[in-house]
Amino acid sequence: MENLRLLFAAPPLAVQLLLDGILIGAIFALAAYGMALVWGVMGIINVAQGEFVMLGGYAAYYLYRAGIHPLLGIPVAAVALFILGWALYRAVVFRIVDKDLFISILATYGLSILLQQLANVFFGANVRTAESGFGTFYLLGGAVTISQIKVVAFAAAILVGAFLLFFLRRSRLGQAIRATAQNARAARVMGVDTDRVYAMTFAINAAICGASGALVAMTWIVHPYLGLPYTVRSFMIVIIAGLGNVGGVLAAALGLGVAENFAGFILGAEYQTAFIFVLLVVILVWRRFWLARQRRYLA
Amino acid sequence: MKATAARQLIVPAIAVAFVLSAPFLAPAFRTQMALLWVMIVFALTWDLLGGQMGYNSFGNVLFFGVGMYTCVVIQRDAHLGYYGGLFLGMAAGAALAVALAAVLGSGILGLRGHYFAIGTLGLGIAAGELASGWGFVGGGGGMVPPLFPGAVGGRETFFYFMCLALALITLPVMRWLYSGRFGLAVNAIRDDEDKAEAMGLRTTQFKTTAWCISAFFLGLTGGVVGNLIGFIDPREVAFAGSTYGVWMVLMAILGGKGTLWGPVIGAVIFHVTQELFWRYLLGWQRVALGLLIVFIVVFFPVGILGWARERWPERFGHGVDETPSQGPA
Repeated sequence: MENLRLLFAAPPLAVQLLLDGILIGAIFALAAYGMALVWGVMGIINVAQGEFVMLGGYAAYYLYRAGIHPLLGIPVAAVALFILGWALYRAVVFRIVDKDLFISILATYGLSILLQQLANVFFGANVRTAESGFGTFYLLGGAVTISQIKVVAFAAAILVGAFLLFFLRRSRLGQAIRATAQNARAARVMGVDTDRVYAMTFAINAAICGASGALVAMTWIVHPYLGLPYTVRSFMIVIIAGLGNVGGVLAAALGLGVAENFAGFILGAEYQTAFIFVLLVVILVWRRFWLARQRRYLA
Repeated sequence: MKATAARQLIVPAIAVAFVLSAPFLAPAFRTQMALLWVMIVFALTWDLLGGQMGYNSFGNVLFFGVGMYTCVVIQRDAHLGYYGGLFLGMAAGAALAVALAAVLGSGILGLRGHYFAIGTLGLGIAAGELASGWGFVGGGGGMVPPLFPGAVGGRETFFYFMCLALALITLPVMRWLYSGRFGLAVNAIRDDEDKAEAMGLRTTQFKTTAWCISAFFLGLTGGVVGNLIGFIDPREVAFAGSTYGVWMVLMAILGGKGTLWGPVIGAVIFHVTQELFWRYLLGWQRVALGLLIVFIVVFFPVGILGWARERWPERFGHGVDETPSQGPA
């Protein structure tokens, strides 16, 4: 609670937390949008979402070690994860598309443990970061410091998201994906190869996560056990915003970023992860009571 | 007649003798064998919700961890001697776990399907994170239970029998629960919760009771396992969502969800496999486990007993009517 008082005593601190939260929120939005895409189109809740983010981060990190600037690592990470996502669909995920949701949660949870442990074996448990070599902005006479890479990452996240939206609206494949989401059977009747659409959707989701993972590696850190918090964040954002609501996803993600930063500051950094998971439970329970009340209005 | 009765007694007698003498026959494996009984309790308590009631929980490990921490805290602070502290701690751990299940149940058990699954997943991990930040219970460094007073090696034997007793109590209790009104009600909730409620069943009461029963046994087990392992880590031992938490689900599915013996069979097979992984794939055992999860869930979701039931329906009491139906039904 001491930190709370500090917050009121020094308003620039609040501005700092707010800006940091908004800047990280855009990265959350990317992963969450991918999750909404897979959930909406394939009816699968992908628990391995966070592991895709983590692997994207490692791709960017190793490119950085090889002397390539991390910003160039974003498309490479996306392509690498696209291939991985496609391979995973062909190997495992296509078998669970028509099964019930619990099977898909459990199977993707297994995938998540598998990828996490593989990363642990191959990359080691150390915390890594890809230095981008950007400077720092000083605002409000130096009271608020924003590292430029966060701003760059924010812009890149928005850019990737916008490109994705454009792709889904305009391209032939994007239209097929949206048609499959609306009614898979009708799409099949109309000649859409839904199996291919599912494969592409899953691969595109992995690619988005890879891009956001590269941004995470630049702005923060990567380690093999990073995944589950990102999955849970994505899940929260999606259930708050609803499927297929892009503005909602962005708003919820920015809000979550801000809330998390404030919570981390007020409660102490050791409770920041706990805050995410407690918030998940609170949101789910609150949503349930809210829905029950809605139903009573209708009756 | 007499001969068959005698033969029917021989197999259980051998089994009992084997189980009782196992810690003395293979003293090097006492901890692993004790954990085998723990795994059976895990699978049985998970199946009460997941298999029989259709509520697939990833967070039952919460009650296990709460029981473990409560037990060790009481052993540390109550100064009642070793056994006094242990048994009071186990009782308090179970009581706290049940209370927690009752309180959380009203909110969490209202969630359906995948929301329940993800919500309970969050619950288990949140508990681990909270425990690792709380200095009173040792924070991220964990806790160490008090030293066992007996001879060297006596600890493993003692806790082997504790775990055995827990498993041997849990199984008949589950059997008794499933054979009566409670079992029918819980199965009705699994099959169609709204219909069950419309028929006048107090579904919330039954769901919360089921969770409390599950929590009771897990709380007791937690206290025992904390002392058996001899070290409590918040994320890796007590609230180990990515090991024990998933294994519970996996063992029940492997053996056959919604059957009494399925989880037991699944637990035995899974535990043996898992120990073999540790022995022969050191460093890769977690990778192998992840692979195993995917494999079981994707290729074998019906489980061993589920498969056997499809294969030999008569043996499970399902009559198969071979006569073609006469005219429109």
